Amino acid sequence: MTTNQQQFTVSMRFFHWLVAAMVLTVLGIGVAMIASLADYQWLVSVHRPLGILILILVVIRFLNRQFSTMPPFPATMSTQERFIAHESEILLYTLLFVQPLVGWAMLSAARYPIVLYGGLHLFPILPHSVMLYAALRKAHTILAYLLFLAFIAHFSAVLFHTLVLRDRLFSRMAPWRVAAR
Amino acid sequence: MLAGKPDPATGKPDPNKLKAFFAAHPESAKALTIIKSKPFSSGFDNSTFNSLNSFRFINAAGTSTAVRWSFVPLDAFKPEDPAQSANTDKNYLFDDFIARANSGPVQWRLVLTVGQPGDPTDDATLPWPEDREHVDAGTLTIDGIEAEAPGNCRDINFDPLVLPVGIAPSDDPLLSPRSAVYSQSFTRRAGEKKEPSAITPSEVQK
Repeated sequence: MTTNQQQFTVSMRFFHWLVAAMVLTVLGIGVAMIASLADYQWLVSVHRPLGILILILVVIRFLNRQFSTMPPFPATMSTQERFIAHESEILLYTLLFVQPLVGWAMLSAARYPIVLYGGLHLFPILPHSVMLYAALRKAHTILAYLLFLAFIAHFSAVLFHTLVLRDRLFSRMAPWRVAAR
Repeated sequence: MLAGKPDPATGKPDPNKLKAFFAAHPESAKALTIIKSKPFSSGFDNSTFNSLNSFRFINAAGTSTAVRWSFVPLDAFKPEDPAQSANTDKNYLFDDFIARANSGPVQWRLVLTVGQPGDPTDDATLPWPEDREHVDAGTLTIDGIEAEAPGNCRDINFDPLVLPVGIAPSDDPLLSPRSAVYSQSFTRRAGEKKEPSAITPSEVQK
């Protein structure tokens, strides 16, 4: 079936903007909470369930992607550029999937109760080990920085394509319908 | 702690630093007056331990009640002997408790104090009225002493916000900062190389 599809599917775009908003929020909460005293409690109580929600959505989003057709790259994009775009997509999916798992794992290893809301707790996914907790806690920070860097790179590339190359790349992911031309 | 740090020259806290601290924190000066108004006990075995912070107990219907708790010793109160604080051995409180615990179980009653609407829950320096209802919630018995070892008290974070369903934090502003700070200190301790306890088992068996 030939298609004039210039955009990602509606569901793919929906997941993109939803997860983007959630990830920026959870990153901001993470940064704020480790520097806070009075706000620590409520920030961490939002950070945990938000992280798990992102984990769930990223899995659904990935499955949705596998069953969706992709729009073509702009004709002007070289092979190397397409390769970089594809690799960074893999990197972002990986970071988004691993980071909340590391959060879940580190609380498990420390044997903190993993409170989502009220009496709703998650089960531990690692044996009890405080050394493992310390390592995972550090990893959680490193991965957060990597996620933020990946976001900056992604955002910069989109800006570059939109403002400099003017190749209408943004239309592929725009939250509104863009007529094919 | 910073204000009370001993001056290396004198071995005692700098009185000017302490004065400045209490001037900047009048609530601490007030609390210190309350603390000093009662005699200190002779040791851990006849000391009362208080939650200071308030918590909220929430029943199945969702009704929330402010609570403070205390561990009240069964051993009769003995006031501190001035000769004790002259003791140069800084471990005397612990050595005394080890001797006491090895001669028989040491017990405290867990006493819950039920707050009334209007009782301050956001200021740990303010006592509640003496006539508040007290509930005896059980007895804590210490029947043995161990040196610190993996799992018995080491490598644990005593976070005041790790609470069972039915107990919630109050609006006491100390609780969230305690949780935040303990989390960081726990992380640092968790990643440290683990050494055997500085206290040997034989030292707690006498």
